[in-house]
Amino acid sequence: MNKKWIALIVSILAVIGLALAPVVIKKDSTINLVILVLLYMTLASSWNILGGYTGQTNLGHAAFFGIGSLTTRLLWIQGAPFVLSFLAGGLVAVALALLIGAPAFKLRGVYFAIGTLALAQILNLTASNIWPEMSYNPALASYNLIPRYYLFLGLAVVTIACSYLLVNSRWGLGMMAVREGEDAAESLGISALKHKLLALGISAFFAGLVGGAFAYYHVSYYLNMPFSPEWTFDPMMMAYIGGTGTIIGPIIGSVFFVLLKQLLVWNVGEYHLIIFGTLFILIVLFLPGGLVEVWKKVRTLITQRKKPGKVNRSEV
Amino acid sequence: MLQSLGQNLVFGLLVGALYGLVALGLSLIFGVTKFLNVAHGELVMFGGYACFWAFTLLGVDPFVSIPISAMFLFLIGALLYKLVFSRTVKLPEESKIKNTLLVAFGLSVILQNLALRMWTADERGITTSYASVAFTILEVRFPIMRVASLVVAVVFLIALQLFLRKTYTGKAIRATTQNWEAASLMGIDIHKVYLLSFALGAALAGVAGILVTVNYSIQPAMGLGWTMKALIVMVLGGLGNIPGALVGGLILGLTESATSFFISSNYREVAGLVLFLLVLIFRPQGLFGAKEA
Repeated sequence: MNKKWIALIVSILAVIGLALAPVVIKKDSTINLVILVLLYMTLASSWNILGGYTGQTNLGHAAFFGIGSLTTRLLWIQGAPFVLSFLAGGLVAVALALLIGAPAFKLRGVYFAIGTLALAQILNLTASNIWPEMSYNPALASYNLIPRYYLFLGLAVVTIACSYLLVNSRWGLGMMAVREGEDAAESLGISALKHKLLALGISAFFAGLVGGAFAYYHVSYYLNMPFSPEWTFDPMMMAYIGGTGTIIGPIIGSVFFVLLKQLLVWNVGEYHLIIFGTLFILIVLFLPGGLVEVWKKVRTLITQRKKPGKVNRSEV
Repeated sequence: MLQSLGQNLVFGLLVGALYGLVALGLSLIFGVTKFLNVAHGELVMFGGYACFWAFTLLGVDPFVSIPISAMFLFLIGALLYKLVFSRTVKLPEESKIKNTLLVAFGLSVILQNLALRMWTADERGITTSYASVAFTILEVRFPIMRVASLVVAVVFLIALQLFLRKTYTGKAIRATTQNWEAASLMGIDIHKVYLLSFALGAALAGVAGILVTVNYSIQPAMGLGWTMKALIVMVLGGLGNIPGALVGGLILGLTESATSFFISSNYREVAGLVLFLLVLIFRPQGLFGAKEA
């Protein structure tokens, strides 16, 4: 059977399994844990579109997450229907992306990275100045975890599916061409700016939406909290650890991050970030392909041992 | 009005000198090695904690602990170079900068959480017996701690310049900065130069940490804010330009104090970041740097 079909079937089974999870799992804490995984998965996958596939290290992803959650929360708390507020969050994030995209992409390579970091910090500080207060959900009594769970699940599925469709399209190939060599891509008639803007826009859209889901999920939180830089750094590390520029990488990275966090919280406290940071450094230095590459290498080793002297056809 | 404007101006300059010192180490490291060490703020934090504990546990005056903190951070810097940054030396420049940036982000997460584990999230500061001394010239107050920062910053800038210009090792560092391949052909051990520059840059961060502790306060999460300031200053003064760091620091200090005066002190940092972005976009070679060919 074709590899693609196996992947598709496994994905569908995984989604069905996750969709049925609340029926089986009655513990809220477990559901919350899965929600956390789904949130990070969406955020890391959305970062990956620009950071992984297009090669533009975006250190300001928190800005899109933040503005999405802020927009959704403010509209929703003031009585707008949730679905509209939610979509508005995504669209405002896209608007921000397009607004800052053209000047930001004048910066190349590492300047783009520190430029986006500065932009996100500007928004973070400004949001903290304007909205220093806690936001409370007035409809606390009717709070129900299940619709939140399905919102996060749906969003993760849509984000990953869209990433897959995008990177396998003509646009996706263009994005990867820009990553491999901007000047070479330009010389072949691929507009680097257009592809970068598209990647940034889509990346921001999903980050904004998951920000909106965050606003819907939390009963009370500081309105400026989603702007804080860890919403950039954690998903970025997840994408790297799983493997940037792959669909499965951010998925593995986010599951791994939350599991590690849980395991270590029971034992020693904040050590998960120390371990995660160490792993991130090791991956950047020695295994730029992330855990996905480790898996590939291990698999090649095994298949080669099974068939000594033969070339593995699927690898050729 | 005029007096308070003058006061703001003086404060801006004094704070700016401190910013210059914070950026000095980052600028040295970037200039020589092309490592973009965004964990610089965390090194500043560690320097601050070294001086805080020396003061709290042993009663060592913060200015006396300058060599202690510098040595401590020199060793940490050497260790970080050996363990982590030395692996990126052979990469081409573009990917070297990018990889060190990422690696340093990982480091900043590690160092921040280590500090959190060891010293809790409490905000700490030092109040010496002479902390509130100030003198007044033409109705403008000069707090002694801020003036001391200026003096320390200038002393270290001059010392660094003398070291780079007059000593053999300093000349080797400058040669490596200009062209590492040629320098290495002339028999300069590049790894040693990189190690020394990185450790020196970290030591300078340690010194800056002391001044941050006596003038502000320290806590594990402070790193990113100070890294941003150092980046802003470095870009304003020109990447890797050592005297430019002090000039950049003064410009940032003045920008912040002008923002506090005319707009609101809440937007001080925002103004610095906006200035940073404008310079990055319109004058990436820095305000004073020559245009690269």
